[in-house]
Amino acid sequence: MPNLRIRSTIVTGVLGVALVLAGCGQQAASTSSGSQAVTGDVTVFAAASLTETFTRLGEDFEAANPGTKVKFNFGGSSALAQQLNQGAPADVFASAAPANMKQVTDTGTITDAPRTFAKNSLQIAVPKGNPGRIAGLADFANADRKIALCAEQVPCGAASRKVFEAAKITAAPDTLEQDVKAVLTKVSLGEVDGALVYKTDVKAAGDKVEGITFAESSQAVNDYPIASLAKAPNAAVAKAFVDFVLSDKGRSVLSAAGFDTP
Amino acid sequence: MTRNRVRGRLPAVLVLPALAGLAFLLVPLAGLVIKTPWTSLPTLLGAEVGEALRLSLICASLATVLCLFLGIPLAWLLARSGLPGRGFLRALVTVPLVLPPVVGGVALLLILGRRGLIGQHLDAWFGISLPFTTAGVVVAEAFVAMPFLVISVEGALRAADPRYEEAAATLGASKWLTFRRVTLPSVLPGVVAGAVLCWARALGEFGATITFAGNFPGETTTMPLAVYLALETDPDAAIVLSIVLLLVSVGVLAGLRDRWISGPT
Repeated sequence: MPNLRIRSTIVTGVLGVALVLAGCGQQAASTSSGSQAVTGDVTVFAAASLTETFTRLGEDFEAANPGTKVKFNFGGSSALAQQLNQGAPADVFASAAPANMKQVTDTGTITDAPRTFAKNSLQIAVPKGNPGRIAGLADFANADRKIALCAEQVPCGAASRKVFEAAKITAAPDTLEQDVKAVLTKVSLGEVDGALVYKTDVKAAGDKVEGITFAESSQAVNDYPIASLAKAPNAAVAKAFVDFVLSDKGRSVLSAAGFDTP
Repeated sequence: MTRNRVRGRLPAVLVLPALAGLAFLLVPLAGLVIKTPWTSLPTLLGAEVGEALRLSLICASLATVLCLFLGIPLAWLLARSGLPGRGFLRALVTVPLVLPPVVGGVALLLILGRRGLIGQHLDAWFGISLPFTTAGVVVAEAFVAMPFLVISVEGALRAADPRYEEAAATLGASKWLTFRRVTLPSVLPGVVAGAVLCWARALGEFGATITFAGNFPGETTTMPLAVYLALETDPDAAIVLSIVLLLVSVGVLAGLRDRWISGPT
């Protein structure tokens, strides 16, 4: 009898934890969806790096198309792709990398051909005033300079490795950060003399960070593809939003944020 | 022992939540063990893992030593001195406990970083720069872990009977001698327990370390950092790293427990 009670307690405990976890997952999904109610709603899953630009584009789209409402779910592209493949109700997916878009087209969740709407490339970021006097990529091999790069496990780190290979430079980093924003923090606090981040990050960092372009950045250009979902609850508005992002208006917002547009 | 004499039925109102608590703590760990790819374990354990583990153990131990040097006197100050505003000070000491570790790391950068309030002078006068060094890892870990030691030692000091110290004083012992020979031995279990907590917290430290000291293999990549980055690309490797850290820390803690904590009592 006590044995049974103990066992049922364990089960209850486990269930409780499982329910809490499931609850969290559900909440995340429901805040991102909810497009079914009003006609004219469109739900866009977009990469975290598009947060500022797409929020702006959403407002512009609503203004240009009265009666529509754009809802966003911003997150890491791979997490978004997973959510979409798990059946999250969305109309549009804008990914920061073709690989994550492919995860969704492979399962037939997206059947349209994705279109590239923006390109991002690496730039050298230095603290305001360039105290370490970084002139170009060659200075990254100098062990006396404090250098921050993304770890190779994350996309910006993989891109960094590509440009160093192209430039035939062996970088001497002091730290390999867990994401591009962490790298940017080290630059804006002046803890490092130079770092490699995306152009849009330099732009977003404001006047604490200066950017230096370099030729080899063309070796690691990041394409951003967009497509509407095969089962988009609101296919017409979804198509209209994709077209809007690809329009001249969309391009101008994206290029103002530092993206290159095709 | 007395425990056996008053046995009888264990009150369900205590046992049920106790078991739920145990399950809550252990089930996630069991998940880790179950998911461990034991067969591919040797291939996933490279030289880098050994390096990260060594660095983790060294840094956590050095951080604990640093905490002992600074934390025991601080605990004494909070418990025994008649300092005004001790209650407020005690609350401040626990701030690193509630602070998200990443915020702690940023705070350390703002003070001890190359451009920090103190750090810029360290850099200009002595050429010392803590970020991106192993010393920086020790500082970050000590910052986050020291409250555990201070709270534990302070509690022990407040519970200790001050009459022995008074007796030592009447016999002509100086304050320092009394502290060393009477006070410290009487609170040793509290010090050991605090040091163990402190070491364990330092070993698992992630946020403050990666923010303040960065991440570079052999210099600042401790096990928690290695686990986090492995999770980006190779979840299996991340699980293996976690298991290694888990086994080593449980081994060390169990060993210490046998020797120190249950020993004298």
